[in-house]
Amino acid sequence: MSREEILKTYDQTSDNLLAILHDIQDNKDEHYLTREDLKKVSDYLDLTYGFVHGVATFYSMFSLKPRGKNIIRVCQSPPCHLMGSTTISKELIKILGIKFGETTKDGLFTLEMTSCLGVCGVAPAIMINDQVYGNLNKQRLYEVIEEKRRVK
Amino acid sequence: MSIYRAHILLPIDEGTIQSGAIEIKKELEKRIEEENLKEEIKILETGTIGVIGKGVMIVVYPDKVTYYNVTKTNLNNIIQEHIIKGRIAEEVEHSYEGHKPVEKEYKNVGLTREQQRIVLDKCWKIDPESIDDVLAYGGYRGVEKIFSESISPEAVIEEIKNSGLRGRGGAGFPTGLKWSFTRAAKGEEKFMICNADEGEPGTFKDRLIMEGDPHKLIEAMIIAGYAVGANKGYIYIRGEYELSIKRIQKAIDQALEYNLLGKNILETNFSFYLEIKKGAGAYVCGEETALIDSLEGKRGYPRIKPPFPANKGLWQKPTCVNNVETLANIPEIIYKGSNWFKKFGTEKSTGTKVFTILGHVEYPGLIEVEMGTPLREIIFSYGGGIKGGKRFKAALVGGSAGVFLPERLLDVKMDFESLDESKAVLGSGAILVMDEDTDIVDMLFSILKFFAHESCGQCSVCRIGTHQLLNLIYGIRRGQAQEKDIDQMVKIAETMFDMSLCPLGQSLIMPVKSAVENFRQDFLNKIQNKNN
Ligand SMILES: Cc1cc2nc3c(=O)[nH]c(=O)nc-3n(C[C@H](O)[C@H](O)[C@H](O)COP(=O)(O)O)c2cc1C
Ligand code: SF4
Ligand code: FES
Repeated sequence: MSREEILKTYDQTSDNLLAILHDIQDNKDEHYLTREDLKKVSDYLDLTYGFVHGVATFYSMFSLKPRGKNIIRVCQSPPCHLMGSTTISKELIKILGIKFGETTKDGLFTLEMTSCLGVCGVAPAIMINDQVYGNLNKQRLYEVIEEKRRVK
Repeated sequence: MSIYRAHILLPIDEGTIQSGAIEIKKELEKRIEEENLKEEIKILETGTIGVIGKGVMIVVYPDKVTYYNVTKTNLNNIIQEHIIKGRIAEEVEHSYEGHKPVEKEYKNVGLTREQQRIVLDKCWKIDPESIDDVLAYGGYRGVEKIFSESISPEAVIEEIKNSGLRGRGGAGFPTGLKWSFTRAAKGEEKFMICNADEGEPGTFKDRLIMEGDPHKLIEAMIIAGYAVGANKGYIYIRGEYELSIKRIQKAIDQALEYNLLGKNILETNFSFYLEIKKGAGAYVCGEETALIDSLEGKRGYPRIKPPFPANKGLWQKPTCVNNVETLANIPEIIYKGSNWFKKFGTEKSTGTKVFTILGHVEYPGLIEVEMGTPLREIIFSYGGGIKGGKRFKAALVGGSAGVFLPERLLDVKMDFESLDESKAVLGSGAILVMDEDTDIVDMLFSILKFFAHESCGQCSVCRIGTHQLLNLIYGIRRGQAQEKDIDQMVKIAETMFDMSLCPLGQSLIMPVKSAVENFRQDFLNKIQNKNN
């Protein structure tokens, strides 16, 4: 769907802002919002550009930078921390060769930290796009990343 | 519709998925097909059973036998013995009646122990995506009762008041009273909002309620909307909860089809519409006024109270905000009566509470037990005790803004009053258990990092205070600190308590103070290491 088509599925009321931003972002392989997107959305909802930019930068699920095909979000909240998320974070930095907030050169992975994902029963946990991977240890983490690399 | 000889229920949650539930389901379907049992046996995906440490589970109905740690290999045994020959597959770990194990060794430990379930009662028994299934299991009885007996909104509120139900979202405010404020507020248009933002670390009960029994929430919203005088309701669900969003949407669509939602519900003159709003990742949006701002499409900044949402909420109109678990109690209270509900729990904390048990325990997962159940029983009996036979050190109770409880407080009863007496909070019901090897400084560090990340930045004392605390604990962790830094942390948290606008900044005093008071030695060890 094009941006214009997405916009048309919503009423022009400001309470639809978050939903519209979600849809536009999800619709792109690089999972991000451009200045042009924000501009068009602000016109559509009759809001200022600054307001829409303010909202897009407030919420952690939105990004104004292009991201990789697989967005890895590592939970670092206390329950995952207790069960070893620091090891998971360090290992990911090593395997992928990037720091938090960065994307691999091949565009396959973006590494992000996140607060509790609500799946603490299987801590330590990560989310890759909309899928949860839990009960992680180095071995399982390695397998998960390898699997993602294979399905290019 | 065909009539099946037996149903095989397959509870799906992140725990069972991680253990391979999807593959087991495929295998199960294949085997049932191979044995030519498709006409006789129905396989049903349900919500959580609440047990996380026991791999993939299946429940065979009507025999009510639950099998644990199901693998492709022992699945065959279950099919041969139980499904084909009709006797229990003794070799596979199992229990009867779902949660009532007969096997001696499981009798008193583990999440499989008998629980009093009100909120989660249907979760693992029904197909959450089928309204017919829900109706067959007594769904929407509360709504039906109200309309068939023409119970007035005021009477509904009285009933909830009398039940003693208090908010499960953290603050424990009496639900009936809250409803009466919104009902009494002046204004033509009012709104009912369900807070399903669930961002509290260690908490995932609301998600499992929405995934396992979404219609219960719809029913509760109808009742709440009717009581407070709202014709429009919103369910604000955090953005990460894809499955919850999908299931709630499906439930809304089905309820519309059955005229349980929409114009003139069940041919009465009450109309009620429901809409989902999806969050986008901000813990602070769980605070009710921030949630309202977010719902309006803004940054989620907590508002100054008063005015309270009951008078000026969504679009400055009278609004009532309730947590998912709070609402999930409503249909049964209405159907069975407040006196029935009051039989559970304590005098001032009635009913049950869903707790999530996490960390160093044998069986992490969620349980629903009566309010007032001792913490020791929850950890050692339901949670199976400390993993690997180690010693208990602390439990962080109530979420990230909770309290580190030491061993001497293990007998505290888990209800609002008892916890308050021990200077603790029930919060969201998260219980994070730490064994003897845990470093409390490291855990507090993780909490402070969380808060520094999630402070919305609106008030300087919280924005700066969270970072100052983080810097201090960095120093302590590295052994580059002095003893006075420990007390400085408490002072900063106290200032934040006094001066922050919302409970996010105010509540940091809980973990900071309890960690320092109860586990000072952990801090001193770090500091003294430097001098060695
Ligand atoms: C920082 C912060 C986060 C909160 N997060 C949640 C949440 O995720 N879910 C929730 O129901 N209540 C949350 N609350 C509490 C709500 O503000 C509010 O008290 C609650 O939704 C009221 O519902 P109840 O009366 O049914 O408990 C939070 C409060 C604060 C201060
Ligand atoms: S106390 Fe913190 S989270 Fe709450 S409004 Fe102030 S800055 Fe925001
Ligand atoms: S703490 Fe990591 S998922 Fe909840």
